[in-house]
Amino acid sequence: MIDKQELEQGINDRKYIVFRLLEEEYGVEVNQVRSIERMQRITRVPRTPAFVKGVMNLRGVVTPVIDLKTRFNLGTENYTDSTRIIIVAVNDMEVGLIVDAANDVVDIETSAIEPPPEVVGGLRAAYLDGVANLGQRLLIILNLEKVLNIEELQQFNEVESE
Amino acid sequence: MDMNQYMEMFIEESKEHLQAINENLLELEQAPSSEIVNVVFRSAHTLKGMAATMGFEKMAHLTHEMENALDLMRNDKLPVTEDVMNVLFRCVDLLETQLADIIETGADSTASIEEAVQQLNAIVQGKPLAQAASADNPKDGSATVDWSFNQYEKTVISESLNNGKNVYVVDVVLDSACVLRAARSYMVFNAYEEIGEIIKSVPTVEDLEEEKFENEFQIVLVTDADPETVKKTGLNVSEVASVTVHSAQELQQEADKAETEAAAATQASEAPAASLSTVKNGKNGNNGKSGETKKLSAGKSVRVDIERLDVLMNLFSELVIDRTRLEQIAREINNLELVETVEHMTRVSTDLQSIVMTIRMVPVETVFNRFPRMVRDLAKELNKKVEFEIFGAETELDRTVIDEIGDPLVHMLRNALDHGLETPDERKRAGKSETGKLVLYAYHSGNHVFIEISDDGRGIDRNKILQKAIERGLVDAARGENLSDDQVFDFMFRSGFSTAEKISDVSGRGVGLDVVKNKIESLGGRVLINSVIGEGTKFIIQLPLTLSIIQAMLVQVNDEKYAIPLTSIIETANLKRSEIKSVHGQTVMDFRGRVVPLVSLEEVFSIPRLQEKTDDSENVVIVRKGEKLAALVVDSFIGQHEVVLKSLGKYLSSGIPGISGSTILGDGQVALILDCNALIH
Repeated sequence: MIDKQELEQGINDRKYIVFRLLEEEYGVEVNQVRSIERMQRITRVPRTPAFVKGVMNLRGVVTPVIDLKTRFNLGTENYTDSTRIIIVAVNDMEVGLIVDAANDVVDIETSAIEPPPEVVGGLRAAYLDGVANLGQRLLIILNLEKVLNIEELQQFNEVESE
Repeated sequence: MDMNQYMEMFIEESKEHLQAINENLLELEQAPSSEIVNVVFRSAHTLKGMAATMGFEKMAHLTHEMENALDLMRNDKLPVTEDVMNVLFRCVDLLETQLADIIETGADSTASIEEAVQQLNAIVQGKPLAQAASADNPKDGSATVDWSFNQYEKTVISESLNNGKNVYVVDVVLDSACVLRAARSYMVFNAYEEIGEIIKSVPTVEDLEEEKFENEFQIVLVTDADPETVKKTGLNVSEVASVTVHSAQELQQEADKAETEAAAATQASEAPAASLSTVKNGKNGNNGKSGETKKLSAGKSVRVDIERLDVLMNLFSELVIDRTRLEQIAREINNLELVETVEHMTRVSTDLQSIVMTIRMVPVETVFNRFPRMVRDLAKELNKKVEFEIFGAETELDRTVIDEIGDPLVHMLRNALDHGLETPDERKRAGKSETGKLVLYAYHSGNHVFIEISDDGRGIDRNKILQKAIERGLVDAARGENLSDDQVFDFMFRSGFSTAEKISDVSGRGVGLDVVKNKIESLGGRVLINSVIGEGTKFIIQLPLTLSIIQAMLVQVNDEKYAIPLTSIIETANLKRSEIKSVHGQTVMDFRGRVVPLVSLEEVFSIPRLQEKTDDSENVVIVRKGEKLAALVVDSFIGQHEVVLKSLGKYLSSGIPGISGSTILGDGQVALILDCNALIH
């Protein structure tokens, strides 16, 4: 399926889902996105890191949800009508990401993606694949595998259980 | 060709055939009949074919050798003796090992089959096994050589004999100074081919040509000549030190005689011991036939990946949740048509639910069917006579429970055989029949499956257990007297508690009943013991029908809801603040004379408290982990519900202390399921 899409769009063209955290725009590859949900009731799961909001009922499947702003240390949560949960699937793992808004799909040529600039720095740089310059807009491309790195969770567990 | 896609099928079918062989061999041991031999033969044959197709040469080889033996048996040329059966059983064990290796590595097994093949050859030859074992180094170069005639050779021999020809086994020893042994053996062959036909040699011609032999070899010769001529023909070749000629019939007779003697000797020494354990299958009286019917029904069924069933279950539970919601809405709107439609939908989905559940159900037979064999072997090892009966093998249990229940059952059966049943002598003295009775009984009752293991053995001595418990300080003597039998027997489930005076090979090696109990409890089940001295013991295991749906108590702490599995709950209580005591800073309560620590869910799970608690009492749920108790402090009890178990998703799969999973409530909200074992320290 992916191959077909790529053929239709040309090899160097990929679709990205654009979402917003505070004032910045981020992109995740469309084939990693399962669905975009409205905010709904989330059951808190104790003894997990703060960015793990808990679990939700996604059509009968209990799905973990993490708050991306908390994950990136971008300040506190502030859920509004435009808040969305992007359900992504990486390495057989389905996780919901809470974002401030999700409203766009764009085609980006792979050549338009540049490595993350040094200035972004710090914690967040580790989760980025690069930055895409789309004329007026600057899109931060996320590396979901790193964002959903389980090892960090396990480290948290170890600290907790000590 | 890529064989991987067939691998799964091969493994499944091989398992079935091995099981069938095992069962039928047991049957055969009881009542030899050529019909059963045929069934076993066919299974072995199919297995051989499959193994060969998949390129598992060693497996194919072993089954081929088994086939040879079974073929003889089929034609009444091989008696069903204990030795023969033992060898056949050993082969099945080996095949199982091979299959296990194949499953693990995907490649042919490296397990050695030499010995088994040798023993098979020996029984095909009708030789006693003791001789076969030493066959690889013939001492005097005479009759003890490991001969294995294949079907073709046997036919040739018997036909030659019928045609009035002589069949000799010629033992040729070359001069120790002989240099070109291969050439010399070739000359001997040449000489014999002039007077007859060589149908076999040991070592093989190839080995002889490559000088893979010391200075001695044997040939089987079909000839018109008399023994003297045969001897001379051999000696005429230079550098031949000696030639011994045996007639094949003579060898056969000697072997037969030796076997009868050996058999007699074994019988004499084992006379008081188990001649054979009797194994009966309660409901399917005739296993030979049940094998056939099984095959038929297998053709009509479909193998389904258990993961797909899980998906189906998921989808279904989603439907159940929506259904609950619809019912609620219909009630509120109170539209007659809507109510009727929802009611109908409820009925249909209830039926659907039971079907989805039953798809996951597997008869306990799949676990039980390996027991007759195990009991047989064990009874022999322990020199006990036992009649083993299985009832209710068709009782169905959830697949996940089935996978887990095998080991505890093995343990309990072993226990019953080793500790429960007396030796034949003891039984006679006690006025019982020499043969003990061991019964495995499975049945449904309500939402549970019960499995009973009962023996008519010596029973458990209440006082002995109590004494031991007092010795170990588990209870004081005064109090012990007042305990009920159940409470006393319960000590047997304490870790490291064993009343066995001597540790036998079979049980008493530290893996006690406590492990069994823990396993069963982890499955949401319970174990009970009933025992009467001198009459026997009965272990009753109660298991839930399925693991994916459990009974749970929903509790609320602030605005969070948690489910506590009913199996770990002892009771709920309302506790006045004045009843809460403190010991070393730990809050405790008195529960029927026991000091039980209070565990605040609010603290453990750092549940945010929006409003200060003002009640002058606390609600607690008293839960247990083995013998330990704890009282979980909650705000309120919501009530008892059947909940569908769900995992927390792969992202959280590394485990959250105190939480074992989750479930979706009727309103679509997710509730977490407590892991009481992790909350009690």
